[in-house]
Amino acid sequence: MSIANTHDLPADLRAIQLETEGHARDYGLDFYETIFEVLDYDEISEIAAFGGFPTRYPHWRFGMEYQQLSKGYRYGLQKIYEMVINNDPCYAYLLRCNQLVDQKLVMAHVYGHNDFFKNNIWFSQTNRKMMDETANHGTRIRSYMERFGEDAVESFIDSCLSLENLIDVYSPHIKRREPVDRYDFQEGEEADPQTSKFQSKAYMDGFINPPSVLKEAQLQQEAERQKAKPSAFPEQPERDVLLFLLEHAPLKTWQHDVLAIIREEAYYFAPQGQTKIMNEGWASFWHSTIMTQKILHPSELLDYADHHSGTMATQPGRLNPYKLGIELLRDVEERWNKGQFGPEWEECDDYETKRRWDTQAGLGRKKIFEVRCIHNDVTFIDTFLTQDFCKRYQLFSFKHNDQNELYEIESREFKKIKERLLFNLTNFGQPIIRVRDGNYRNRGELYLGQEHFGVDLRLDYAQDTIRHLHRLWTRPVHLETTVDGRPTLLSFDGTDHSIRPLGGVSHDAEPKDRRRA
Amino acid sequence: MRKIDRDANRFKQIVRGKIKSDLRKYITHGELIGKTGGEFVSIPLPQIEIPEFRYGDKNRGGVGQGPGDVGTPIGRSGEGESGPGAGEAPGQHILEVELTMDDLAQILGEELALPRIEPKGRANIIEEKDKYTGIRQAGPESLRHFKRTYKKALKRQIASSQYNPRDPLVIPIREDKLYRSWNPITSPQFNAVVLYLMDVSGSMTDDQKEIVRTEAFWIDTWLKSQYDGVTTRYIIHDAVAREVDEHTFYHTRESGGTRISSAYNLANKIIEESHSPMDWNIYVLHFSDGDNWGEDNRQCIGLLRDQLLPKCNLFGYGQVESPYGSGEFYRELEEAFEAVPNMALSEIRNKEGIYESIKEFLGRGR
Repeated sequence: MSIANTHDLPADLRAIQLETEGHARDYGLDFYETIFEVLDYDEISEIAAFGGFPTRYPHWRFGMEYQQLSKGYRYGLQKIYEMVINNDPCYAYLLRCNQLVDQKLVMAHVYGHNDFFKNNIWFSQTNRKMMDETANHGTRIRSYMERFGEDAVESFIDSCLSLENLIDVYSPHIKRREPVDRYDFQEGEEADPQTSKFQSKAYMDGFINPPSVLKEAQLQQEAERQKAKPSAFPEQPERDVLLFLLEHAPLKTWQHDVLAIIREEAYYFAPQGQTKIMNEGWASFWHSTIMTQKILHPSELLDYADHHSGTMATQPGRLNPYKLGIELLRDVEERWNKGQFGPEWEECDDYETKRRWDTQAGLGRKKIFEVRCIHNDVTFIDTFLTQDFCKRYQLFSFKHNDQNELYEIESREFKKIKERLLFNLTNFGQPIIRVRDGNYRNRGELYLGQEHFGVDLRLDYAQDTIRHLHRLWTRPVHLETTVDGRPTLLSFDGTDHSIRPLGGVSHDAEPKDRRRA
Repeated sequence: MRKIDRDANRFKQIVRGKIKSDLRKYITHGELIGKTGGEFVSIPLPQIEIPEFRYGDKNRGGVGQGPGDVGTPIGRSGEGESGPGAGEAPGQHILEVELTMDDLAQILGEELALPRIEPKGRANIIEEKDKYTGIRQAGPESLRHFKRTYKKALKRQIASSQYNPRDPLVIPIREDKLYRSWNPITSPQFNAVVLYLMDVSGSMTDDQKEIVRTEAFWIDTWLKSQYDGVTTRYIIHDAVAREVDEHTFYHTRESGGTRISSAYNLANKIIEESHSPMDWNIYVLHFSDGDNWGEDNRQCIGLLRDQLLPKCNLFGYGQVESPYGSGEFYRELEEAFEAVPNMALSEIRNKEGIYESIKEFLGRGR
């Protein structure tokens, strides 16, 4: 008995869905119920602009996305083939004007994604009822807009979105600390220092409770309290800046809720960024397997080949996650099928032996299913990218040449390639920033620090972002970063920006290349 | 209304606000022009991105795929996602927004506080249009009004008890059929002609021409929003004047002396021949570096006073400062015509001056 929801799908597509789903299950994919909806391009653009959800909170950037998508389609620059939502049941959208062979391909692809959403560990903490949740978010924000004004709420959302990437993607999986409630006050703060005093008549007091002993007890209590008190605030530098703001920033109730909504959605979308290569690779692996082995009709072969290769195409100097993902998965499958792993393989340095290496291990399929469970892009690349692979697929690393403002090929060395790739994947290629002090200079100022790995921040953006941070924190905000190899402090006190080399003199700064994008 | 329409409208509003607050910058950088395509102008809007902590280009790198030796350039920084590869947020490129010319004119008007132009004279150019406003009994089948025909047939059948609700068959006969009909609607139409005159003598460089071009674009935009039809004509002159097309107008460079009166004579001739002041609203806009041949000035002033000014809605003279300095002509005009309502003079020192100059020309509501 199929679990497929075939409501509203035309008969021909329903038949394809049932067939594709059957094959997917036979291959061992394990997925949520999938609901396909057929949409016009205009509708699919709308949903894509909303990040896949038909209902989002109102915000201008969705309108901007929509205009770009529909314009891009009108001019023939781009076309959305498929969209699939991590949700239970899983929603997927098909473009009405697609050929049947495309619908097949998309469906097979969707089952790959669906399986990945359900089984990959990094998705395990995401809300599987996000469809409903985003609708609730929309309702809440709409009601705030009615009560507090569209402009006020929208511009607050702008500020929150500017900080959207300051989350700790691992925190859903590791409990780093107890949650703090901003209404929790330290108990016993004002405890009676005299509790250790014995009862006595007044004239005996000086003897029964000698002042020196009392004083000592008091000092001891004081010392204990000092010890119990956290020495810093926050105790550990806080990666989840949004959480810190939720806990400690002086936000109004509606602002608190809006920020919480933005944060929740950021965490929901984070795993898709963490597993872009794997997720697309996995889905492509399965659409190509199911299509070519099962459901492709000979008459559709050319169209399929055309569209598949369109998806896999790489432009010079650009890395296509679909291509990298599928090839790396195929490579892993092949290596484990031939037993090309383990200490013996690693130690062997004879080229010819390695080339013919085949122990008939046949573990490939099992291995890639394991990989899809436990890896994200960083660990996937770190574990499975080989020198051989880089050579076969002509990978290279490139870097920015500051003299002529060009990106140039830097190296074809395995080590360098891997390093660059991992750098760009770590934290989605975004800087890592933590709250170091929430009470800087004992004046309630916010002090953030960037972990610097040799790439500077874009300063004009950083300053604008600090401005948004200030809006939430309401006290001066500082960011310690590195500019041209020198530790530098960017500050905003509510009216003026300053850029100050740490340990140097302050000077006012207006970002120079504000207009450059 | 779909949900996305709300957001799209909101975005448009923001864009309009953005353009409004940055209009001076757009005008002086000439960023809008050269990008016109039909009814739309596209405007680059880099700052509509929501800022975030993000890496700059410096020391930045990534991984790509394909052939090429070490050192081969693969893309320019800032030019879209020239590689930074997987894991990157999608396309952070400069946003280009399209505005209709009407929108743009409206923004310009609001921002420069331009008064609406009262077209002068009779609106004696009458335009005729057909509008489908009526219904009649006869007509071609393509204009048959289906709904009315059906209703009429239904009424007739019910009245003559031919209608059976169990078998709701309605068959219109010839008498039932109704057709749309049209009436000619006449509307007055105000037309304008803009004559651009430019000095192309050796002292006008490309920078000066760029200023003229930018300014002409904005003036056109405004005038087009005010009149039903705008015709533009171009005259270049050094010691002699001739009428040219737009491209030639901006790309010709002559050497030799300057005799402004030649251009005024030609403009006057064009007006007399084909743009009778009775039927047309006439704009003459002249740009020069003001370095006229001395004895010619008196002739120019005479031509203006007796011929051009009485015919024009507005005569505008913009003196563009050239590397060789600025001539006397501006001052001559200033002295000769004190407080003439349909004459606007402006000195444009550099690109920054365009904004004020447009205001000077169009701020009179003529």
